[in-house]
Order: sequence, then C-alpha cells, then structure tokens
Amino acid sequence: MYLILKKEALNPTVTRMVIDAPLIAKKAEPGQFIILRVHEDGERIPLTIADFDREQGTVTIIFQIVGATTELLNHLEEGDSLHDFVGPLGRPSETEGLKKVAVIGGGVGCAIAYPVAKKLHQQGAQVHAIVGFRNKDLVILEEEFRAVSDRFVPMSDDGSWGEKGLVTNALEQLIAAGEQYDEVIAIGPLVMMKFVTQLTRQHNIKTVVSMNPIMIDGTGMCGGCRLSVGGKTKFACVDGPDFDGFEVDFDEAMERNAMYRDFERHAYEKACNLFRKEVQ
Amino acid sequence: MPNMSLKKNEMPSQAPEVRNKNFLEVALGYTQEQALDEAKRCLNCKNKPCVSGCPVNIHIPDFIQKVAQGDFEGAYQVITQSSSLPAVCGRVCPQESQCEQKCVRGIKGEPVAIGRLERFVADWHNAHTCEAPQRPAPNGHKVAVVGSGPAGLTCAGDLAKKGYEVTVFEALHTAGGVLVYGIPEFRLPKAIVQKEIDGLKALGVKVETNMVIGRVLSVDELLEQGFEAVFIGSGAGLPRFMNIPGENLKGVYSANEFLTRVNLMKAYLPGSDTPIQHARRVAVVGGGNVAMDAARCAKRLGAEEVFIVYRRSEKELPARAEEVEHAKEEGIVFHLLNNPTKILGDDQGNVTGMECVRMELGEPDASGRRRPVEVPGSEFVLEVDSVIMAIGTSPNPLIKSTTQGLETQKWGGIVVEEATGLTSRERVYAGGDAVTGAATVILAMGAGKTAAQAIHKALSGEES
Repeated sequence: MYLILKKEALNPTVTRMVIDAPLIAKKAEPGQFIILRVHEDGERIPLTIADFDREQGTVTIIFQIVGATTELLNHLEEGDSLHDFVGPLGRPSETEGLKKVAVIGGGVGCAIAYPVAKKLHQQGAQVHAIVGFRNKDLVILEEEFRAVSDRFVPMSDDGSWGEKGLVTNALEQLIAAGEQYDEVIAIGPLVMMKFVTQLTRQHNIKTVVSMNPIMIDGTGMCGGCRLSVGGKTKFACVDGPDFDGFEVDFDEAMERNAMYRDFERHAYEKACNLFRKEVQ
Repeated sequence: MPNMSLKKNEMPSQAPEVRNKNFLEVALGYTQEQALDEAKRCLNCKNKPCVSGCPVNIHIPDFIQKVAQGDFEGAYQVITQSSSLPAVCGRVCPQESQCEQKCVRGIKGEPVAIGRLERFVADWHNAHTCEAPQRPAPNGHKVAVVGSGPAGLTCAGDLAKKGYEVTVFEALHTAGGVLVYGIPEFRLPKAIVQKEIDGLKALGVKVETNMVIGRVLSVDELLEQGFEAVFIGSGAGLPRFMNIPGENLKGVYSANEFLTRVNLMKAYLPGSDTPIQHARRVAVVGGGNVAMDAARCAKRLGAEEVFIVYRRSEKELPARAEEVEHAKEEGIVFHLLNNPTKILGDDQGNVTGMECVRMELGEPDASGRRRPVEVPGSEFVLEVDSVIMAIGTSPNPLIKSTTQGLETQKWGGIVVEEATGLTSRERVYAGGDAVTGAATVILAMGAGKTAAQAIHKALSGEES
C-alpha cells in the first residue's frame, strides 16, 4: 500500500497528489511514469511522474478526472493509500547537450512538460515554455513553470488567460521572430502534438513528443501500447514514452486510444452514479 | 491386488457446451474412490522409469503407494519433498511427454494417471490441512529471486526449506507469473495458485510485488544490499508480432495482452474496471498452448465463432493434444495450413477481416519440421473483428540491458551453465523461460530447483 501524503485540487478537474514511494523517488527521472491501481480489483493506469523528492522519498502525480478510475482516485484523501504504485517505468527524457529548447505543454500534459522544463533549467539550458489551456479556470502549474522558464508564453483558446490562440500560434510567432531552438519538446493531447510537429517539420526543428497510449502492464510484456514510429512498431512503455515527433503515426495513435471509448464512458457513468448514491 | 484395467480412470469434467460459457475449471478432479482405484494401477516397479521422466524427480511410486493406502497427507509430504507447486503441476504439466510417457503400464494400455493423482493429493491437502508448515531454522544467508513465476517460486521454496532468507521481487501486482496472467482460470483456478504462494510465505519467503527489477533496483544493487546470490526467473514475456500490414488496427491483440486483461485483470467479470473487446468472430494466430488458451477465452467472452489459424498441419500443432481436444469440443474451428498475410480494417481503424494464404508442407527444415510453403494464388479473406497473435514470445530485454556483464544469446536468452544455472556473472543464476525462451511450467520449475541446489552449494559448501 502506498500512502497519499498530500492532495490538492489544481483546478476543478485536475488534482495533484504526493505519494510516499521512496524507492521510486530514488530512481525517477523526468519523462518516466508510474502505473497505479486504486483498489484491489481496479484497473492499472499509467500516470507520468510530475515531480519527485529523493530526500523525502516522495513522488508527485497530477491527473485529470476523465473516467472511472481517475474519479475513484480523486475520492481518496490524504492518509488514504493506493493499492499499487509501480515505477519508474519508461525511458527518461533525453535532455543532455540541449542549450535552447521550446517546451510546449497542453492542458494536463503540462504536468509532464513541467519536470522536463525544470530539468533543462537546472542543466542551464534556455527554456521557452509555451503552455496552453482551454480557459483560465483550467490553468495549472503557472508559478512552477515561470520559475524554470527564461520565457513564459501563456495561451488560452478563449483568451481568458494569456494570449488568445493555440500553442502552435505562439510557437510560430517565436520562430518568425528569429528564435532558434535546438529542439522542441511537445507534451499534451495527441492532436496538439500532431499539429506542433506539422509546424516544426516546415522549419526542420527536431521535435520530441511524449506519447500516451493505452497501457496495461507498462513493462513491455503485452504490446497494448504499441505505436508506429518511422514505419516500425514500438512499445511506448519501454521504447518511449518519448519519440521523434516527425516519425510518429499520430492518426493511428488517436484511433487506437479510442478503442474502449464506449466501455470507458459506461464505466465513468457508473462510477459517478455510485458516488452520487453515497452522497445522498 | 493391483488394478489391471488398461484404461485410466476418467476425470469428471464440465460438458463442452456448458463450460464454453463460463470460466470455471473444466476438469473437476478425482473423487477419493477414483483416486484410490487409479492408485492401485501403479505396479510400484523397481526401476521407477516415471521418476526420471519428471523434471523435478518426484518420488512417484512412493506417493502413489500412500494414496493407495488412503494416506493422502502422507502422499502430499512425499510430493513436496521434490515439488513446490503440486496443485499447479498436476494440472498444467504435459504428463504425456514426461512422467506418464515413461510409465510401464503405458506399454500395454494407458499409463497410470500420475498427474491426476498428484492433483488429487494436492487438492486434498489444501482442503483438509490448515496447519502452517514447519518453518525451518534460519541459516543466516539471504537470496534474492527476480520474478515470481514457476522458476522463481520453485527456487524460492527450495531455498526457504533449507533455512535461507528469500525475497521474491515481482514486477506485476500479483505473484505467480504466467500462472496468474497467462493460464486461464478454467485450466488453473487462481485461488489454487494463491494457496501455493501462501504456502511459500508460511515457509518464510517474502514476496514483494510492484518491483520491476532493472528499473527500481538493478541486479547489482540487490547484491550490494546484502543478497548473497540472485536468481533471475524473469521469463519470456515479450510478445512477437508478424509485421504484416494492419497489425496495429483496433481489435488486434498480442495473446499476452488479451490473456493479461482476461486472467490477471479479470476483464471477463461483468464488474471489472479493465475493458476487453467482446468480439463476434475471432482469429487466433498460432498453434501452441497459448493460442488454445486465447481461443477458449475468446469463446467464453461470447464470440460466435473462434478460429485457430496455423501455418502447419494438425500433426505439428505445438499445443498439448488434450488442449487441442478440449478446444475442438468447445467449438473452436481449426484453419490448418493457413497463414495470415494482411489484416483488413474499416475507416475507423477497426478490424474487419484477415487475408490468409493456404500453405503446403515442403522439405524438412533445420529443425526437422517440414517447412510450410505458400500455395500461389490461394489467398482468401476470413471475416473477423478481432485477431489475437499467439506466435511466441522472447525474453524481456530489461534485465539484460541493466546488468553489466550478463551474457545473453542473440535472441535474448540468458546464457547459463546447464548443471547449475550460473550466468556469466558471479553469484547470479538464471533459469526458466528467461534462459530457454518460452517453454513449459515444469521445465521452469526444474531450472529453479537446479539453481537452488547450486546456490546452496555455493553459499554453504554442502551438497543438497
């Protein structure tokens, strides 16, 4: 069992939890993820390691409530425990040798982009963070990002926070203004990462994306998380989750992520109904 | 007076049309009367060829004599001198090519039903004995076991019985390896696996789940932490795909994924949080036990038609004859001498069919098996909405890539000294599928046993 030390709502649908997991904290690197199960009969879901503290022995996760399991997870409080918490899984993000990087985070993907930006900043790289949300109520990690960025570009779809527009608009402007990046790191919804790579391809800027396919074990034994990368099949849990954005087949990845949509919607409704009953 | 019947006692089982709709165990096991009667078929012969056919050399006639005398607990004690998992092995061992193949009674008639008797004895013990086993006095030595499948559990059990402090590290959330994620409930009830693992815990074996060795701790760190030896029993869990077009369509599973969802995550239960596709028509590619398990699970999930698609003929099917028989009885349709060339999908990315080509058997290849050759122009489409690839697995590269100086074969198998299981690294042993590639439960157990003996010798200087 893995104790929840801290819980904090970052916005109405996004929660941050600090988990007591000293062995994972000792080894974790930005870009890696954990797999958790909320209860004994629960499903396994992957979540990226948003932060870690080697001294305190803690690992931070940030999740958006999108379905039954994240709903259940969000009903746990400080002092409760997770049934299973395994990691660190996947390969760490490669940041070595990078001098100037645009880190792009979209929505809850910012929780994954932040530790990468932080590591780059600690390495002395120049970090331009472009972060996008649908509106100001959904903003997370603003202070954290500002603290590790040389330039911070907030964007929102409706203009209620930062500039109105998409992260790709901001990136385009920066490139047009003559900013030259060694690399762009884009983390967020698949459709966002797809459009970022379409843009950076035109400018021939190397782009790394963090993929989020469906996973079960997360250790390379099932291939449920497979993707087409450069025409070859790769397992995101062991070969990734970071890949060269120019090589990823995003359309296939989007289709594969929709495989259990009906089941998921049904399970979510069931979970919500369950909680409604408990409240009454 | 021995029972000279030429036939084994039949084992009661669920009728095919009933069992292919549930996940309850197919074979129901002997009654006491059937077991007593079957035990009397054993001639207790002097040279005991059956024992040499058992990879862990259970004293077979000894335990069967105890059964014949009605001393079932005594029989259990005989078996557990050699085997840590009798309830499992009695169910899943291919006895026809091991102990029972060597049985003298098999020369004229059917061999003694050794597997069924072993199963009976283990089940009887589990049902009647609640006493915890005697925990041996600790000998002060610590050993780490990586992986809680049959190889790791056997190695751990054997060492614990000698007083070693053993910790088993398992990557998944439940111990048991292929016994829990691979072999379905209807062949091996998970409660039985759990009971065997609880028995090991009672002996003092510590089991730590959620520990991916190679990520959270390396083999070297285990040695630094004071474990005097490490046994690697991490199996062969990396699935192979065919690399044909359409393999990433929705509805294409590796058998590992499909079986993990069904067995480990219990996706067959209506209330499970883990989803699974309930397909209408399913093609399972491959002819091994894993293919049979996947096909029979798919049928139980409600598929109208399930096909086994295999490129060789019936004679070459690697699955146990009994499993093939069971699959056929349950309505699985065999498309033999057929090979997939392409998986077809709709504009949503869902599987709609599988293009296959007919094969014929050509000249024997290096392995001695006749090589299947495509029949030109024989392409046809099998209409299916799900495809399960069960064409084999190879060892996961994680341990190899994080353990300096660990020698492996080109295909990933860990290189070991056959007699001891010692790897190219001092104090590091390995066995089971991690060494051989996908094989059988009992071979993995044999390897675990060999390594336990070698570890004991290395750490204590004593022969077992």
